[in-house]
Amino acid sequence: MGLWFSLFTVVILVLFVFMGVGVVGLNSLFGIVIPYAALLVFLVGVVYRVGKWARAPVPFRIPTTCGQQKSHPWIKANNLESPYNTLGVIVRMALEVLLFRSLFRNTRAELRDGPRVVYGGTKWLWLAGLAFHWSFLLILIRHLRFFTEPIPFFVNLFESMDGLFEIGVPTLYMTDIIILLAVTYLFLRRVVIPQIRYISLAADYFPLFLILGVVLSGVLMRHFYKVDIFKVKELATGLFSFHPVVTEGIGLAFYIHLFLVCTLLAYFPFSKLMHMGGVFLSPTRNLANNNRMRRHVNPWNYPVKVHTYEEYEDEFREKMKAVGLPVEKE
Amino acid sequence: MNNRGMIIAGIIIFLCMITFPIWYNVVGGKAAYTPEFKIVSKEKQCVESTKYMRAKHMQLLNDWRNSVVRDGKRTYTALDGKKYDMSLSNTCLNCHSNKADFCDKCHNYVEVTPTCWNCHVVPEGNKL
Amino acid sequence: MSEDLSNVPKPDELMRIEHKPPRKGWMDVPVDFKPGTYSYPAKAKNLKILDMPNPREWSPTDEDWKLPENWKEIVREGFKDRLDKYRSFQLFMDICVRCGACADKCHFFIGSGDPKNMPVLRAELMRSVYRKEFTTSGKIFGKLAGARELTTDVIKEWFYYFYQCTECRRCSVFCPYGIDTAEITMMGRELLHLLGCGINWAMEPVANCFRTGNHLGIQPHGFKDTLEFFADDIEDLTGIKINVPLNKKGADILFVVPSGDYFGDPGTYTCMGYMMLFHELGLNYTWSTYASEGGNFGLFTSHEMIKRLNAKIYAEAKRLGVKWILGGECGHMWRVMHQYMDTMNGPADFLEVPTSPITGTRFENAKSTKMVHITEFTSDLMKHNKLRLDPGRNDNLIVTFHDSCNPARAMGLIEEPRYVIRKVCNHFHEMPENTIKEQTFCCGGGAGLGNDENMEMRLRGGFPRGNAVRHVQEKYGVNRLACVCAIDRATLVPVCDYWAPGVEVTGVHEMVANALVMKGEKERTTDLRGEPLPGKEEVEDE
Repeated sequence: MGLWFSLFTVVILVLFVFMGVGVVGLNSLFGIVIPYAALLVFLVGVVYRVGKWARAPVPFRIPTTCGQQKSHPWIKANNLESPYNTLGVIVRMALEVLLFRSLFRNTRAELRDGPRVVYGGTKWLWLAGLAFHWSFLLILIRHLRFFTEPIPFFVNLFESMDGLFEIGVPTLYMTDIIILLAVTYLFLRRVVIPQIRYISLAADYFPLFLILGVVLSGVLMRHFYKVDIFKVKELATGLFSFHPVVTEGIGLAFYIHLFLVCTLLAYFPFSKLMHMGGVFLSPTRNLANNNRMRRHVNPWNYPVKVHTYEEYEDEFREKMKAVGLPVEKE
Repeated sequence: MNNRGMIIAGIIIFLCMITFPIWYNVVGGKAAYTPEFKIVSKEKQCVESTKYMRAKHMQLLNDWRNSVVRDGKRTYTALDGKKYDMSLSNTCLNCHSNKADFCDKCHNYVEVTPTCWNCHVVPEGNKL
Repeated sequence: MSEDLSNVPKPDELMRIEHKPPRKGWMDVPVDFKPGTYSYPAKAKNLKILDMPNPREWSPTDEDWKLPENWKEIVREGFKDRLDKYRSFQLFMDICVRCGACADKCHFFIGSGDPKNMPVLRAELMRSVYRKEFTTSGKIFGKLAGARELTTDVIKEWFYYFYQCTECRRCSVFCPYGIDTAEITMMGRELLHLLGCGINWAMEPVANCFRTGNHLGIQPHGFKDTLEFFADDIEDLTGIKINVPLNKKGADILFVVPSGDYFGDPGTYTCMGYMMLFHELGLNYTWSTYASEGGNFGLFTSHEMIKRLNAKIYAEAKRLGVKWILGGECGHMWRVMHQYMDTMNGPADFLEVPTSPITGTRFENAKSTKMVHITEFTSDLMKHNKLRLDPGRNDNLIVTFHDSCNPARAMGLIEEPRYVIRKVCNHFHEMPENTIKEQTFCCGGGAGLGNDENMEMRLRGGFPRGNAVRHVQEKYGVNRLACVCAIDRATLVPVCDYWAPGVEVTGVHEMVANALVMKGEKERTTDLRGEPLPGKEEVEDE
């Protein structure tokens, strides 16, 4: 259900642009108003969501330790998997955010006759995830050539690296191919692996289709349905410098691309895509395993009803005395 | 325990990165700059329509190169039936005699680095 | 303790399961309380002792669970309250991308095939309600957004599946965002407790512990008797009379153990091991009848209950005027001591930074909480050659080590027990790497689930561990499974009997005591269990 709904929604979004720009000619709506609105929703939404998490305290220090603690000087502590200081936490987080450390650990349990269970390493999810996220980032950086004037030096650097093989005119970008493959894999595993299919919601398929739509429309307009990129840049820099201009004759493919991106931006803060911000706040990862070295303070630590020693002794005093246990009150 | 300082710093860094194009353009760059390029031409009409040329000239030139270098065929028949000699230097640049204003400005603007000039020599009079 | 396994089908039969989920969506599959797979509900008397809401007699198989009139309101309020108090809870409700990496990491999923035992789906049981009650998209799109109405069926499902999670945190190791199902299960159980829906095997110990100081309800004179009985056994074995310091003011160290260690075999041998070690060292320590429980079933109940039960540790340390606290071998106890105690009941500024009186080592890693793990203490002794050991006495044992969930994943206590084991026995073999250290598998009976009525589920959950044990049994002839956890010592016994018959369970300090050459001891012919030592079998025969 979620799958078809999501696919249907993305198709509707595309048709919407066909109607809006192609038929009715609402270029300024799709070229100016919607992008501004989407960006605003994105920025405000992300800050709001992170702010909401930040307002909730972290009452306890609950890191998941994945390695040796720091105890004796002669036992090698694992500062990356069980960090005992801030540096360790930073490196652990960096490994998590940049290289998906935890996903790299992934295994697959398989039930065999006997009965036996065996575990095999499986790195495909890690690889596809990493390929997808890094491609996305590089593609985003590459897009700065449309957003900035003059273009910062590093944009050209990434671009020439990305188009290293100089296949075709215009050059085929490696990241375009990689992200297409990665998104396709991430989609297929959701459909093919029964367990993943069972847990998948519309909220899982929709961003996949949306991103697939963004990538496809981008690739198509670069290589097949040419648009006037001079005007695209005019529009983009106009938007980013708050002097928006409506330009005619860019080409429908661009508007489809732009509208899908806007949808992604506006959808982002309300969706699981917020894991981008959330991963930094996860208490099982971003806290040091130094619990017994440094006290962690719980801001709402309230007094609770306990059973005091006095109450205990009052109940058992005679029995304690009978066996010679010392008591406070005779 | 509530590491608000860290989170606020994180949010600010995030916002700075996301809004990079805005402040870069407004503060450091040439806000909403569009290069003016001059179309200098002897003929009234290019080999194909302006719209076609703006979007697809790179493909056309690529096809020409392949045709000339690999097949030895030098004649291009345009959509309107006119025939042209497939030559960057003689056909294109003959008409558009201002490479710096015509080609480069636009290419630089959208950061395109065509490989034309790796082989072709820029004709005299076309240099800056 | 030998449990009755006759009601459980044979292993081949038990494992005739599919890891493929059914065609029907999970929201449409109602919970089925199958005998052997759930725990009995908390009795009213125990809830009353603890002033907990809605005490009543009921059964999960009843149609009517006698929930309070305004139960929906209570859950909604409780949910919101916890979202506001715990960033972890809010975050874990929001950021899961359902990548499925956690799915086959849960021992209960591996052993049962029930898709709702996939950690992601266990959390979705709660997220679905969260979306409906607290998110706009959930309110508008309902089921399409993965949201569902809060109904009594949902409560029943929560009860079944949050008491089919042992809070072992294995899934959290693999989650790219560190989402910790233990945290979600703890919240789920807290909400259930607001309605009076707990399990008796957790709440009776909690009630006992609150009143008598330990989970088993052993009163001070009983505790004294038990320890003195052990001292007699030790005298029989070694010829050495050891004394049992109890509630002794002015001792240097307060020693706290899980009550399982002085209640049932094979934990009792570990307890005797501690006593022999301390006697040999001439340690100025004391037991406490009031703080006679290091374990804390509050962890399986609510954060408030952790604090209520844990308070006595520091209180007793203060009353007795000790310098620092030493803790015995226990898994969940050490999660509480390491991650919660100082925050909840500290600061322990009346104690000193723990320093071993024997070696002079300052335990800098415990300088704030002031509590040291027994294997940290003993490994330090061994490193400084303070103990005379004869590991040959353990030569009949071929040992493997089971990392208990909490020491491994909430503390990082990995090498200390291994160091100790290697010093006291000559035959040690690790289980496969996917089943030890931070990837260790639960015994299947933690978090209050180690009761007899839940035996089938325990054995299912114990399957990955049992399977790994059988692997080293076949490969190296392993016959002893060592662990540093009292719950393990109780629950791994049936797990081994069922999945790897012939392997017995031991605490680490039982092996230490067997190897420990004590000053003035007579020649030992048997180990602590009364079984002949290697090379002494003939002597026994005569």
